[in-house]
Amino acid sequence: MATKQREDDAALLAALRAGDERAFERLVDRHQAALVRVARQYVPTQEIAEDVAQEAWLGLLRGLDSFEGRSSLRTYLFRIVMNLARTRGVREARSAPFSSLVRDGEEGPSVEPERFISSPARGAGHWASPIRPWSQSAEQIALSDEAVATVYEAIEHLPENQRRVVTLRDVEGFGADEVCDLLGLSEGNQRVLLHRARTKLRQALAEYYA
Amino acid sequence: MSQRILEDFQPGELTCRQLAELVSDYIEGVLAPPLREEIVAHLTGCSDCSAYVEQMRRTIAVTGEIAGGEVAPSTRASLLALFRGWAGSP
Repeated sequence: MATKQREDDAALLAALRAGDERAFERLVDRHQAALVRVARQYVPTQEIAEDVAQEAWLGLLRGLDSFEGRSSLRTYLFRIVMNLARTRGVREARSAPFSSLVRDGEEGPSVEPERFISSPARGAGHWASPIRPWSQSAEQIALSDEAVATVYEAIEHLPENQRRVVTLRDVEGFGADEVCDLLGLSEGNQRVLLHRARTKLRQALAEYYA
Repeated sequence: MSQRILEDFQPGELTCRQLAELVSDYIEGVLAPPLREEIVAHLTGCSDCSAYVEQMRRTIAVTGEIAGGEVAPSTRASLLALFRGWAGSP
């Protein structure tokens, strides 16, 4: 954990322990939406996810005195919400409606072999057909609600492990180390899951834009 | 995974198919320098893979746009009540 992060966390902890409402509100603004999104991956409804997020806040406050700062406060908060959401998810006998039906394959290539030339005489391993450029600029795409909605929906359809990794990494912005820690994954496994997820999300955008 | 795809990798002969399996690690900056250099060299001469890598970067940027979200006033109120309850308890 970076020194800056540790100092920020120490100041925040002191403020919370002193009952500073503003400090708590800032923390809520920063993390509430993400907590609900993460919880939602384990529980069947948005309402339950919001409920779990609220429980997580209470868990954070109650645990403040025993928080030792081994991880960042953010990682600590997300560990709490994920533990609560997992337990709640089991109780509600949930799994994601689509993703649980998808085989969680981590074997084989992430891009279909048919996309590449197979004949050695014609240059095996090269793209069989050109990568079509996207019709909009990088800026237009990043600002486009449709693009964001396309990716959001594609994430919903990912196998569970890939969905969890890409949500924490690319949506919420956690680092690789934190994600390995939160999800109990090896570094190699995290990379594979992230790669497979990103490949599918790119494909979803390609179908939309090309 | 990236290990398997590279089993038959020959220096100077990285294929598009192999590159497609390394693109996320390449963007992450976690590849060993010799492999990273192979990719850079391949990208210089391959407009398809250059487009592919660029599209992957854009995909990651768009994914990041999902983050954020306002806290509903009712949620804020109940969380503040929760905080006050906690702060006021002995």
